[in-house]
Amino acid sequence: MQRELPRIITLVTGLFLAIQYFIPHRYSEQFYETALDWLIIIGIFSIALGVASLVNHQRQKIKRREEGFRFSYVLLAGLLFMCLTGFITGSGTDSLFYRWGYVGILSPITSTMFALLAFYIASAAFRAFRARTVIATILLVSAVIVMMGRVPLGERLIPGIAHASDWLLNVPNMAAKRAIAIGLGLGGSATALKVVLGIEAPHLR
Amino acid sequence: MEQHIVFTAAALVTFAIFSFLYKDNPFYKFAEHLVVGVSAGYWIVILYNTSLVPKLIEPLQRFFGGRSTSLLDPLVIIPAILGILMFTRFVPKIAWISRIPISYILGIGSGAAIPLVLQTFVIQQIYPTMAMFLPGGAVTWWDWVTNILIFAGVFCGLAYFYFSARHEGALGGVSKAGIWILMIGFGASFGYTVMSRVSLLYGRMDFLVNAWARPLLGALFGG
Amino acid sequence: MADIKAMLFERRLIYFLIFLSVLIPLFMEPPKTVRVTPEVEVVYDRIDSLKPGEIVMLACEYDPSMSAEMSPMTIAVLRHCYRKNLRILATGLTSNGVSLIESELKQVAEEFGKVYGVDYVYLGYKPYPGIVIMAMGEDFRNPFPNDYYNTPVDELPMMKGVKNYQNVALVLTVNSTSGIDYWITYGQGRYKFPLAAAATAVMAPNYYNYLQSGQLFGLIGGLRGAAEYEQLIDTPGSATRGMFVQSVTHMVIVGLILVGNGIFVYGRLRKRS
Repeated sequence: MQRELPRIITLVTGLFLAIQYFIPHRYSEQFYETALDWLIIIGIFSIALGVASLVNHQRQKIKRREEGFRFSYVLLAGLLFMCLTGFITGSGTDSLFYRWGYVGILSPITSTMFALLAFYIASAAFRAFRARTVIATILLVSAVIVMMGRVPLGERLIPGIAHASDWLLNVPNMAAKRAIAIGLGLGGSATALKVVLGIEAPHLR
Repeated sequence: MEQHIVFTAAALVTFAIFSFLYKDNPFYKFAEHLVVGVSAGYWIVILYNTSLVPKLIEPLQRFFGGRSTSLLDPLVIIPAILGILMFTRFVPKIAWISRIPISYILGIGSGAAIPLVLQTFVIQQIYPTMAMFLPGGAVTWWDWVTNILIFAGVFCGLAYFYFSARHEGALGGVSKAGIWILMIGFGASFGYTVMSRVSLLYGRMDFLVNAWARPLLGALFGG
Repeated sequence: MADIKAMLFERRLIYFLIFLSVLIPLFMEPPKTVRVTPEVEVVYDRIDSLKPGEIVMLACEYDPSMSAEMSPMTIAVLRHCYRKNLRILATGLTSNGVSLIESELKQVAEEFGKVYGVDYVYLGYKPYPGIVIMAMGEDFRNPFPNDYYNTPVDELPMMKGVKNYQNVALVLTVNSTSGIDYWITYGQGRYKFPLAAAATAVMAPNYYNYLQSGQLFGLIGGLRGAAEYEQLIDTPGSATRGMFVQSVTHMVIVGLILVGNGIFVYGRLRKRS
């Protein structure tokens, strides 16, 4: 029961969705629409589950007085602030929720976290991007052509680099990404089929 | 005035994150935890307003208020129950029940993927690789060179991913050419990644200089 | 110990160099022109050829972490559409980006005096983008019975007679997530509408194969793509300004790669001798 029921649900829903694609009948489409609609509703709860897990984890951290547990209070305070302002002042662009929570905290922190990567990538380029082998040299030359050929200063300083980077993106890069896409497609659809047939059941482990 | 205060708060948390470049420190940890909490709170509010209300609360209100015109309104209770079952994960004895909604999600996701992934990632990708050699696929000799290169690139790239035979002899040569092609692709991706990260850093610096510091100094010193 | 100190010093020196290479160009007057690539021009041409009143669907899937790259694209495309008196149907399928997209839609609509519900509609967010994309293929009302402001979609004048992708002229997904794959697979793959993508620079090289196969009709890649679009609509914005910063920083990074390799080759030669 604990294993068979989930397998049956996956098999029935999976087969229905796969077959429905080839049968665009009015009734099958009605089922298809309802199935998708239900999934969206379940999705709401799955995100809520994520938030509940986060809160639970922080609660445990505080309870056990784990290292850095004081920062858990900061996290919970942030969460509480957003919930209170969001439900009291609304979530529009003129609300406290948006102006303080979104513009003042969420936007700058998340964007700066990603901006840090510019420093790391420059440092990595200096220390690790070496022409040690033929393969590494190809990688390096390709990267430099694209980096120079896609910025105005590079295009002006090195004649022909813009066309070289265009060609590189449209021909060899395209072929490489196509090979990867085909591989992914074959692998992805085979895995999906295994999931539907119950051969692969990550959720039952 | 409020804008200056909000932007100053934004600048302060920006500096707190940048401080990680020197080393890990409490300011960074503070900002890191704060953003996780704020994000989670943001999700709750957005999810409630944009999803829970129109997809679940309103249909049930319509049904219980006798204003429902669709048979589907009362049926939303089924996915709602499935959604609630997910929370059984927190009770070890009945945690297995949470597999039921997960199996529904997996079934729908996988079932939809089987024909579509095969069609878009495989068939629609193979077709233009071959169609270039049909009449009209190439006009100039350069087109022919390009088309042959694309075909050879895709073929060699795929050969590299073929693991059912040892990469020796002809297959070894072809897969070696495949890895070269893949490296060109990864190099292009690296070049573009640098571009992307620099853009994001530019965004932050542009904020600090042009959106925060300049207007603030102007307001303070009347410039 | 000395080695670690030297490594830390070297790393911080590189950070400082990058910091300066982004900061200094901000105070300089940037060149206003960039070379326009065909993959961006085709998006511009397609939108430019639409008749007033036609609907362009902007599927925005990015959050503030990527807004430096993505927002200039959305703003440039919105300006182009409003200049042509096209109508906009927008979604925001990334949970953290919902408010950002709302603010951008409002900002450009105010610039052109466009009215919500008549000239543009924002449907907002629902979880599971792949599923939402498929559900919209049947009827926008399935995943979005109400718009972002909780107004029933049927009460919005712009949405009269607009059922699914068949009623929009094209879909442009401005996307910093794996959502482009979903749009190609579950959207274009199933419902066969004209689809273009505006992606972060990190992702852009991964979509040239879909461009060549016709699954995407155009591709705007990163800040560079946004700058090209700004040039096409003759309205330089933050992307055009950013191109100068980008140029200088790329030079510095390429310089660092060359110096790093110079040291490496010198070290090898010394070892051999």
